Amino acid sequence: MSNGTDVTREVPHDRPMAGEELADALRLDGNAAAGILSEIFLPDLTSARATCAGCGAGRPVGALLAYAHGMGIVVRCPACDCVVLRAARTPTRIWLDMRGAASIAVGVTT
Amino acid sequence: MSESSGVTTVDVGSRAAPARAIPQIRWRISTVLDVVQETPATRTLVLDVPEWPGHRAGQHVDVRLTAEDGYRTERSYSIASPPEDAHVALTVERLDDGEVSPYLTDELRAGDRLELRGPIGGYFVWSVAQGGPLLLVAGGSGIVPLMAMLRHRELALANADDNARYGIPARLLYSSRRWDDVIYRDTLQRMAERDPTLEVTFTITREPPEGWTGFRRRIDRMMLAEVTWPPPERPHVFVCGPTPLVESAAAALVQLGHDPARVKTERFGPTGGRG
Repeated sequence: MSNGTDVTREVPHDRPMAGEELADALRLDGNAAAGILSEIFLPDLTSARATCAGCGAGRPVGALLAYAHGMGIVVRCPACDCVVLRAARTPTRIWLDMRGAASIAVGVTT
Repeated sequence: MSESSGVTTVDVGSRAAPARAIPQIRWRISTVLDVVQETPATRTLVLDVPEWPGHRAGQHVDVRLTAEDGYRTERSYSIASPPEDAHVALTVERLDDGEVSPYLTDELRAGDRLELRGPIGGYFVWSVAQGGPLLLVAGGSGIVPLMAMLRHRELALANADDNARYGIPARLLYSSRRWDDVIYRDTLQRMAERDPTLEVTFTITREPPEGWTGFRRRIDRMMLAEVTWPPPERPHVFVCGPTPLVESAAAALVQLGHDPARVKTERFGPTGGRG
């Protein structure tokens, strides 16, 4: 992946892990998507409230569950496990899929 | 944005990004002012960041390393310094198989440059304006963003009267494997000694010091019940550390009756630390 950017955290481990155990251990908070989202949105999106298109539960994006991969990040609803948003980076673009968010409510100061 | 299919997909060309003047997220070249060894595996990098816009306690930065062949890699690191400081401090844990952390902890010297962007994240943050009580639960290097909160609290309340101080009491429960792995150990003990409204509790899971009478097991519900305020006091709770620790502590706090919306978490991965 030369020239690509790997937006993950390094994963320390005491021993090899696989499958579900590895997926569990790799789980992060929606917070972990703050960097890539800040390249697209001016307000901080992790403090915005997302409504899951799957189950209707509303939470701050920072309180959702995030799974970081080499190319980007998948953010899921902790209530129903639906994908709320996905962000990925290619050498020339950031690609964002928000079809799992019925709405995103961003706080504003008046 | 394409809406023709009813699917909302935003496709942003990253080459266009520099033209959009969004000062708070642009990459900046910082200078290392000082490197402080905290524990055998952790170092604090004190950075001078040009035009740093200021941050809130709990936020992080992304650090980017670029190799000679153009290969780039990024990692997130929590800010350890309070918003009141002019410089930005990052405390980095060395992971032996890490791609970034060994460079930051072993190679980087005062005077070197480091590329970063931030501050990032507005969810896992706290300031005295939000009030208290403040309950902090840390595992390993999960202490770092919580330390920024404690430092901010101390500085913001430095000239406050007793009423203000007692109105925002703070408690820290901090789990480490060994006594020598406790990051900011002396600083935390001194902070607690001079502040009657701050209580610091350590639990040492593997090698406690000789004569240790404190907790020596992983954080569990009984320990949390002992340390935390009762749920009706509505503490602001921040839990940070390795994913398994964060999830079991957050679940236990909710079982104890704390409002899930007031229990904010930041998971670091399997055993703690960020690259």
